[in-house]
Amino acid sequence: MSEAVLYSLVVGATVGFAAGYLGSIMVLEKMALVGDALSHVALPGLAIGVLLHFNPLVGGFAFLFVSAVLIWHLGRVTKLSFETLVGATFTLALAIGILLFGNNLDALEEALFGDITKVGAIEAAAAVAISVVVIALTRIIYRKIVLGLISEELAISKGISVARNNLLYLLLVSLTVAIGIQITGTLLVGFLVVTPAAAAKTISANMSRYLMLSSIFGAVSAISGVLMSSAFNILPGPLIVISGIVIFVVVIVIRWRKKLTY
Amino acid sequence: MEAQGDVILKVSNLRVEFSNQPIIENVTFEIKRGVTLAIVGPNGAGKTTLFRALLNLIPYEGKIEWGGKIKIGYVPQILSVRDIPISVKEFLSYKNESVQDMKDVLSSVGLDSETIINKSLATLSGGQMRRVLIAWAIVDKPDVLLFDEPTSGVDLDSEEAIYGMLRKLTAKNKITLLLISHDLHIVREYSDYALALNKCPVFFGESKDVMDPATQKLIYGEAICREYGGDHV
Repeated sequence: MSEAVLYSLVVGATVGFAAGYLGSIMVLEKMALVGDALSHVALPGLAIGVLLHFNPLVGGFAFLFVSAVLIWHLGRVTKLSFETLVGATFTLALAIGILLFGNNLDALEEALFGDITKVGAIEAAAAVAISVVVIALTRIIYRKIVLGLISEELAISKGISVARNNLLYLLLVSLTVAIGIQITGTLLVGFLVVTPAAAAKTISANMSRYLMLSSIFGAVSAISGVLMSSAFNILPGPLIVISGIVIFVVVIVIRWRKKLTY
Repeated sequence: MEAQGDVILKVSNLRVEFSNQPIIENVTFEIKRGVTLAIVGPNGAGKTTLFRALLNLIPYEGKIEWGGKIKIGYVPQILSVRDIPISVKEFLSYKNESVQDMKDVLSSVGLDSETIINKSLATLSGGQMRRVLIAWAIVDKPDVLLFDEPTSGVDLDSEEAIYGMLRKLTAKNKITLLLISHDLHIVREYSDYALALNKCPVFFGESKDVMDPATQKLIYGEAICREYGGDHV
């Protein structure tokens, strides 16, 4: 196993776990498409990184960060849902990104679909550190966000700032998406925050099981995708998606066989 | 400023407006510790708005004074729990982490605490869900409980049982209960005092008088805001 594959496995496992953990909120908030669409916003930032010769992931994160704050602010001002606002901006970001990449099709392909051969020790260490921070911060706001979902009034009456937690949450999603891009690419990274959580919700009667399964499904999808990518020399992004979908189908069959009602 | 003596809540000249339109106005009343006050009135009369003001969730004019350091519990009319994979135990833990307290309170609302505590909220029947909500309302031992439509979506027989239980539990735990209800029969049977709103208060007094035809006309007739002759209780 090459060093790049080893590092990619580390990135895949930690980012998959963190994305599954974070994504469980996204599915509860019925914002699944937000996670998917938000990831495309990184594309212009990646392109600027390539053009100006700095780490494209930094550019990607900067774009995600600014977009998340902008979307959060517009949501407060206009009372439009995150889904609507992200839907309105992501195609624009995709278009700008593709224009900026111009004829540099190799770099565009790498940005869209990921490339595990470019993952080194620094990227792996950053992924571990960021994932740990993301999970720790998400743990802190998780109960508050869930209480806000149960009843926003109730959360506010307990002194919880629903808007501030939502902003922090969007920023954490941006961070996770930014580090996930290197193995899945911008087109497919949204998958990691949606499908593992959707699968976990199908067979979970309580929150702790839901969180645990969502995180494990995310990590397993990413690890198996990276291993297959290395074995068959194919882009990792699509293989991660297919691994996750296999898990989803298995879970649906389990639910059906066990006649689960929740 | 705190309300004096045994008075737990004193509201003076409360007015709430939205987009320059008054939702409620001229609301003045006070209640003593331990009583049950029902807020009644037609749809859009401002009942939930009054609760929101009491909880300081919305801006208002006038004065709301709570008696001393008290813990206020609130159960909104709509709780979106059906689509969240959450067990009864996890739900109750938002208010009180003690499993023993959870089991005690679940038993006190007539549920088999050992079996229901690990069930998913999504699998509960309507009646079980309402009982869990009452358990949730009292598990952190509030001094005052604001309960918006405690029996919405429950059949008539269960409604009586739930109100009976709520009365027993609030008396036992010395909880002052403010509840919103549409059912005047329930209000007369299960509350001590009633405050009728129709944009402004049209009646404030003992609940047994709320069924008076003239009072009902005031509550459900066209909204006329005027000074009302409510006594302090």
